[in-house]
Amino acid sequence: MSELITHSAAKLAELLAASEVSSTEVTQAHLDRIAAVDGDVNAFLHVNTDEALAVAADVDKARAAGEELHALAGVPIAIKDLIVTVGQPTTAGSKMLEGWMSPYDATVIKKIRAARMPMLGKTNLDEFAMGSSTEHSAFGPTRNPWDLERIPGGSGGGSAAAVSAFEAPLALGTDTGGSIRQPAAVTGSVGVKPTYGGVSRYGAIAMASSLDQIGPVTRTVLDAALLHEVIGGHDPADSTSLTDPVGALVEAARSGDVHGMRIGVIKELQGEGYSAGVQARFDEALELLRGAGANVVEVSCPNFKYALGAYYLVMPSEASSNLAKYDGVRYGHRALPEDGSMTIERVMGATRAAGFGDEVKRRIILGTYALSAGYYDAYYGSAQKVRTLVQRDFAAAFETADVLISPTAPTTAFKLGEKLDDPMAMYLNDVATIPANLAGVPGISVPGGLADGLPVGIQFLAPAREDARLYRAGAGLENLLEATWGGPLLAQAPALGGVK
Amino acid sequence: MAETQELVAFDEAMAKYDPVLGFEVHVELNTKTKMFSAAPNAFGDVPNTNVSPVDLGLPGTLPVVNKSAVEYSIMIGLALNCKIAESCFFARKNYFYPDTPKNFQTSQYEDPICYDGYLDIELEDGEVFRVEIERAHMEEDAGKLTHLGGATGRIQGAEYSLVDYNRAGVPLVEIVTKPIVGAGSRAPELARAYVAAVREIVKNLGVSDARMERGNVRCDANVSLMPKGATQFGIRSETKNVNSLRAVERAVRFEIERHAAVLESGQKVVQETRHWHEDTRSTTSGRPKSDADDYRYFPEPDLVPVVTTEAWVEELRSRLPEPPAERRKRLKADWGYSDAEFRDVVNAGVMDSIEETIAAGASAAVARKWWMGEISRRAKEAEVEPSELGVSPQTVVELDRLVQAGKINDKLARQVLDGVLAGEGSPEEVVDKRGLAVVSDDSALLDAIDAALAAQPDVAEKIRGGKVQAAGAIVGGVMKATRGQADAGRVRELIFERLGVQA
Repeated sequence: MSELITHSAAKLAELLAASEVSSTEVTQAHLDRIAAVDGDVNAFLHVNTDEALAVAADVDKARAAGEELHALAGVPIAIKDLIVTVGQPTTAGSKMLEGWMSPYDATVIKKIRAARMPMLGKTNLDEFAMGSSTEHSAFGPTRNPWDLERIPGGSGGGSAAAVSAFEAPLALGTDTGGSIRQPAAVTGSVGVKPTYGGVSRYGAIAMASSLDQIGPVTRTVLDAALLHEVIGGHDPADSTSLTDPVGALVEAARSGDVHGMRIGVIKELQGEGYSAGVQARFDEALELLRGAGANVVEVSCPNFKYALGAYYLVMPSEASSNLAKYDGVRYGHRALPEDGSMTIERVMGATRAAGFGDEVKRRIILGTYALSAGYYDAYYGSAQKVRTLVQRDFAAAFETADVLISPTAPTTAFKLGEKLDDPMAMYLNDVATIPANLAGVPGISVPGGLADGLPVGIQFLAPAREDARLYRAGAGLENLLEATWGGPLLAQAPALGGVK
Repeated sequence: MAETQELVAFDEAMAKYDPVLGFEVHVELNTKTKMFSAAPNAFGDVPNTNVSPVDLGLPGTLPVVNKSAVEYSIMIGLALNCKIAESCFFARKNYFYPDTPKNFQTSQYEDPICYDGYLDIELEDGEVFRVEIERAHMEEDAGKLTHLGGATGRIQGAEYSLVDYNRAGVPLVEIVTKPIVGAGSRAPELARAYVAAVREIVKNLGVSDARMERGNVRCDANVSLMPKGATQFGIRSETKNVNSLRAVERAVRFEIERHAAVLESGQKVVQETRHWHEDTRSTTSGRPKSDADDYRYFPEPDLVPVVTTEAWVEELRSRLPEPPAERRKRLKADWGYSDAEFRDVVNAGVMDSIEETIAAGASAAVARKWWMGEISRRAKEAEVEPSELGVSPQTVVELDRLVQAGKINDKLARQVLDGVLAGEGSPEEVVDKRGLAVVSDDSALLDAIDAALAAQPDVAEKIRGGKVQAAGAIVGGVMKATRGQADAGRVRELIFERLGVQA
């Protein structure tokens, strides 16, 4: 395999800037890698060969002409297929939108285009981002490059697998309850959920509006910061978008200085329910941080134990409303009733019965129930109160700690099919990532080593708008761990497609 | 689908029952763009052209609140004497219907922007009735469905339906009254007067085109009856599609008569939506409606709360025009018109024109004479509003000035107006161009008088004999000879002078 695909985005940007390689070469190398391994991995739902190469050639020409270019110009990127793109289909991993072409670009896609980054294609996901294994995609599961019999996490398993299989140096994901961080954890990559409102949601197909956030999926912390600065910032098209600038994220990632940083270990997010291997890597990470001069303290977030329950009321409630628009009337899949009268209600019903998968239906039913008159206060109302309590827990914890730390996921990647029939077991994967979404605070998952040959993720959380702290802490731990491993964790990943 | 409806005569119904009314009036705002998108808010364009991805509910789209719509809503609230919420949020009203692209309507539920107001309604005879306003909230309109292939134009029996999303997302303010008790037999009249007042207010504020025939102002009328003297309200019906002032009055009257018949027969009124049909002047049953309709409201998570500062609200209050009712009172007093005269002016829709004409220098009497007389007559012929005829207040003032100066008479003034409307210039210029000035040269008149007297010697003889009223025939002859350009009064004087008669 070409050496080009093993480089970080930062390294590629350097080589491109120095004209040591062309964007065309870099992009072609990744397209070749996709052709070689994606038959096994199934990270991509659509490969955008022609446009990616056209953009690459354009960047090369511009560079030759001495034009001023964005630092990441010519560095290719993969896009989670929940984000709408002109010129490429957007399916949300659902039959409901199979073949649908968006007439408009998401705000983040406009920014990617403005930075002139070739888009390699659209990556696989659990249908409408509902799942933790990418097995709920209507287009087949994505496989974990570390072990093709295992899940790559979800919902953004496609983006995480693409990055960890060296099919793309960078990818965009979306994180509603952990859909960026948990896949990053189980694939040995880096994933960031920015502060709610830090990145425009305009053009990200909504699951739960108050929780969804677009963020970077990469192989290094610095790459995540570089991409975060491309996509972040205020967007007048998103009313929930923050007006403040994103902050000096790249600077923080380049520093990685954790000396004197107060790092709070969340008492409730370890121990029972966390596998021994995960716990061991987590404890080692704490030791390394202490050794580097970090001030590791314990914090308690007693209401986090209610977070999962609250999440599974708020998320389906909002999703049940957000997904109402898929009715076959204006666009997307349309199914007709097999018999009987052809009324609009029956066409809508047949369309939704045929177009949605089981997990989506499960959440729509759950949310519809939770919002129903007579149940609203007990379910949705109580869940919103828990949200406030979780926010208070964070506020209290951040009084004694600059960042919080926990394992990203309680276990390493499980086998395909293992939890498909047990929704509760599947939902428990997100127990450590969900509190950040409920409170709107940012989180990062960085590789923490292997347990039984499978990656473990370490999560840092920071106060809202303090995303820079994640990059400093994340890069700090990354530096410490890579020193012990003698290189990036992904260098230890098994070969794919028999070509490594 | 003929539905036989038993009715009880209105007076009979009123003898036994007290009606309770309630109104939901939807006002379409005339902002440039829609409530939550930058698509144009315009009526009558090619279907599905005034739409953006947001209006079509495309995947990934998000709403952004239109600030002008919020300001217009606050202005309506202030004009209805409402309190303005310091902070309020939008909610989603979830229901599946193909005219609603997202299958939910973004509206306000627990938290309207305007609440607790009132409107004093003056009835025809001057009695004032206070209608309490519960709330006025912001929401978005739905698209428009056209059902084709069926005989009735209704969804039942239609072969297919067309949907136009141009109207989807148009900003609406829904004004909801508290139950209106105590109107008695004046309920239908009050209903009409209330909707007329709301329509007038939003028009006066300039926040809506306020054309009921275009659906800019739409009324749902709630009616229930309770036995006279009771305090427990009866079961109500909600009549939709009541889209003219006349229809409001008729629909309320009809529902009172229908409810009374149901109650008289010992049955219970069905709580339901009913549809008003102007052609049959009756309502038919729509869908059953209960308080348990479950729209699964919850706060719209894609929007942040609308926060209104006191400074902002006060700035908007300072922009409010004088309320129409107060303005009418003031103008009537200023102009010195009788009740009947003023009512005619209002009904003819020329109050504004008269006000402007007076401001331009005419007397109240002259302004009324022109606008209620010649201009209204011509407007009626042309089937337009008097104000749309193209007569400026300045023209009326100039015409009057020319008449006062004796340069033209009333008959000539009408010809001058013809010239002005034909684009020949100002009245002064038309007089010059057409040579229409009154003949005021006595010698020219005397020649004409002599000729007329010579032509009708017998008449001349009668006048000499003291029959002064016979002079009319001579005046007529002179006017004819001068093509109407003589001052008839002066001609008369000269005739008597010539014949040596004391008039």
